[in-house]
Amino acid sequence: MKGKDIQIKVCMGTGGLAAGGETVLRAFRESLKEKGIDATVDRNCSIHQVGCRGFCARDVLVDVIIDGEKTTYQYIKPEMVPQIVEEHIIKGMPVEEWTVKDDYRQFHEKQVKVVLADCGEIDPEEIDSYIDRGGYEALRRALTEMTPEQIVNTIEASGLRGRGGAGFPTGLKWEYARKNPSEVKYIICNADEGDPGAFMDRSIIEGNPHSVIEGMIIGAYAIGAKKGYVYIRAEYPLAVKRLGIALEQARQRGFLGDDILGSGFSFDIKIKLGAGAFVCGEETALIASIEGKRGMPRAKPPFPVEKGLWGKPTVINNVETLANVPYIIRNGALWFAQYGTDKSKGTKVFALTGKVRNTGLIEVPMGITLREIIYEIGGGIEGDRRLKAVQTGGPSGGCIPAHLIDIPVDYENLTKVGSIVGSGGMVVMDETDCMVNIAKYFLEFTQAESCGKCVPCRIGTKRLLEILTRITEGRGRPGDIELLEVLSNDIKLGSLCGLGQTAPNPVLSTIKYFRDEYEAHIHEKRCPAGVCKNLLTYTILEEFCKGCTLCAKVCPAGAIVGERKQPHRIVQEICIKCGACFETCKFSAIKKG
Amino acid sequence: MEEKLKKILDEYEREEGNLIYLLQCLERDFGYIPEDAVNWFSKTLDVPPAKFYGLATFYAQFHLKPRGENIITVCCGTACHVKGSERLLSSLTKELQIPSGEDTSEDGKFTVEKVNCVGACSIAPVVIINKDIQGKMTADRLMKEIKRLK
Ligand SMILES: Cc1cc2nc3c(=O)[nH]c(=O)nc-3n(C[C@H](O)[C@H](O)[C@H](O)COP(=O)(O)O)c2cc1C
Ligand code: FES
Repeated sequence: MKGKDIQIKVCMGTGGLAAGGETVLRAFRESLKEKGIDATVDRNCSIHQVGCRGFCARDVLVDVIIDGEKTTYQYIKPEMVPQIVEEHIIKGMPVEEWTVKDDYRQFHEKQVKVVLADCGEIDPEEIDSYIDRGGYEALRRALTEMTPEQIVNTIEASGLRGRGGAGFPTGLKWEYARKNPSEVKYIICNADEGDPGAFMDRSIIEGNPHSVIEGMIIGAYAIGAKKGYVYIRAEYPLAVKRLGIALEQARQRGFLGDDILGSGFSFDIKIKLGAGAFVCGEETALIASIEGKRGMPRAKPPFPVEKGLWGKPTVINNVETLANVPYIIRNGALWFAQYGTDKSKGTKVFALTGKVRNTGLIEVPMGITLREIIYEIGGGIEGDRRLKAVQTGGPSGGCIPAHLIDIPVDYENLTKVGSIVGSGGMVVMDETDCMVNIAKYFLEFTQAESCGKCVPCRIGTKRLLEILTRITEGRGRPGDIELLEVLSNDIKLGSLCGLGQTAPNPVLSTIKYFRDEYEAHIHEKRCPAGVCKNLLTYTILEEFCKGCTLCAKVCPAGAIVGERKQPHRIVQEICIKCGACFETCKFSAIKKG
Repeated sequence: MEEKLKKILDEYEREEGNLIYLLQCLERDFGYIPEDAVNWFSKTLDVPPAKFYGLATFYAQFHLKPRGENIITVCCGTACHVKGSERLLSSLTKELQIPSGEDTSEDGKFTVEKVNCVGACSIAPVVIINKDIQGKMTADRLMKEIKRLK
């Protein structure tokens, strides 16, 4: 064994932890110690692994690297570890049965890693592993070889646009702030990630917190800020912890604090925990929240680059935007601009979830088609069902129907079909998903999260939700669809901030592409996808029922009666239509409809 | 209590007098925002209680009532929604007999909360049982976990 370089990397992101990453890590440590083998057991970065090297659906993922030769295992449990140590590490024979298969390679083939390049490779709690891969080189270059103006020009030339939703050119934002003569300026990293169904920013911070910090320091130097904040969701405890560790290590190395790398430039970063309000992702609300107030947006202009935190010029950038910066400075604007389309440069990280086989975090060049994402990277739809729609942009976005999946994914094209790139949530839906229900789901979200400051958003979203609710409950009226459309357009026009202005998008896009589903609910009192409870009845088909009693056991309402080995029956008055019996029945004896 | 409040006051002053931070400390130390604490700070800092409650009711993180011994958080983000989180929620409220409009069972043993995405969408649906994130949850498994805690 002597002389061999052995590395074992265990996925330890939220996904990995949930699947038992911690226990697998411990099992490796113990097993190796027992055998007296010298190897480094790294806590390899988490969700990256989850997303970019593997899928969190396959957790726990483990890399075993012997003298540079890497084998990746999936679904690893602690009790499998001794066998891997015995056969692979000692005898040099990988345990083929547990290694990843072709679909894992396919998952990666179409991806291009910029922001995620180091994720899954480095230990996020160890600054040296980032530095070893070229980390903080861009900062050194920026501070010692470049003027703020040159930095801004490089970012502008790269074509980088904000990844937080609106896609505003980052170089231009920085230029406005740089030109402002104010003595005091701020830079804020927006890590609020409120889109319910997205985890890109969390994964970046969990996997490579230093890239965000480095990007922030470079940005601060470019605009002349001495103080920065990271506004992060309290629901992301692991990310908060790793960010804290990373900031402390950066301070120790002199990348933060006074006179950074002897350049005379001083800057430090503070973490601010969000208190749980979606609207605080909006920049003016975020600023109010940092100031200790209720997070309510205000009208723009003035924009934050003119009057931001405590009235001073402030640049707010998304996590992923900032994480791109060190790589652009290190490799040059042209290198970055080679990826993507004419107006949307570079790559975008998406959280691919829902009904696809391979879920996880993916990074793709702008301009890739949805078809490539879903069928090649995502491996197609679960259970070979039919694709119905892809939801992008979360509550501010829309549903793109299956017949449009050949459009290239970039800011312009997604907007054209009634959705947005947004922060990068991508939820795939199949024929068992009801589009009216999805619209209602998002309106429940936006209605609850509306801060209440302006009337169109506060009352408007409530009325939209009421109408959608009655449609899904079988009380829809003729004319409801038109009413939804009129109301939606008014809310879009009249709302103060982005929340209200985009809240009707899920409604409008589903009406546009799935009007027939709305009509079926309203006129025929029928939910074609079989989702809306009030429009469903569950019945047991006597000829298939074997009387196994399984359904009666799982029924939470006690609505299923019958003798053992005799056909059972559902008492409709008691049935709460939860669908538990439908999913449990092994003989397809339960009919939904 | 006064002892704890004084310590929080110290922290608050170090944090540039940020009221959200103060409330976060209260939540951290007490598990909710006690009325007595608000009154104490209101007097000490000469800030009307309405200001505290304005913040406490705006942000989802703050609770005005004590919470249960066990906290079950069901993720209701988009990915979890399409994978059936609603069903998990309804079986929970039923099993724990949580009165409608409330989130805590009458014996104070369980609190059921919703969260909008915990960022583990790949293993949806996700339920957090006392800080332990558990993916691919089913109603069956959830009920077993609850029985264990009872
Ligand atoms: C309701 C609402 C929620 C938002 N949530 C976020 C968020 O969670 N994260 C984010 O980076 N930007 C969010 N934004 C966009 C920000 O206002 C802002 O445009 C962005 O942080 C700017 O950074 P960028 O230019 O790097 O994208 C949100 C906007 C609105 C209107
Ligand atoms: S939607 Fe539940 S973890 Fe993201």
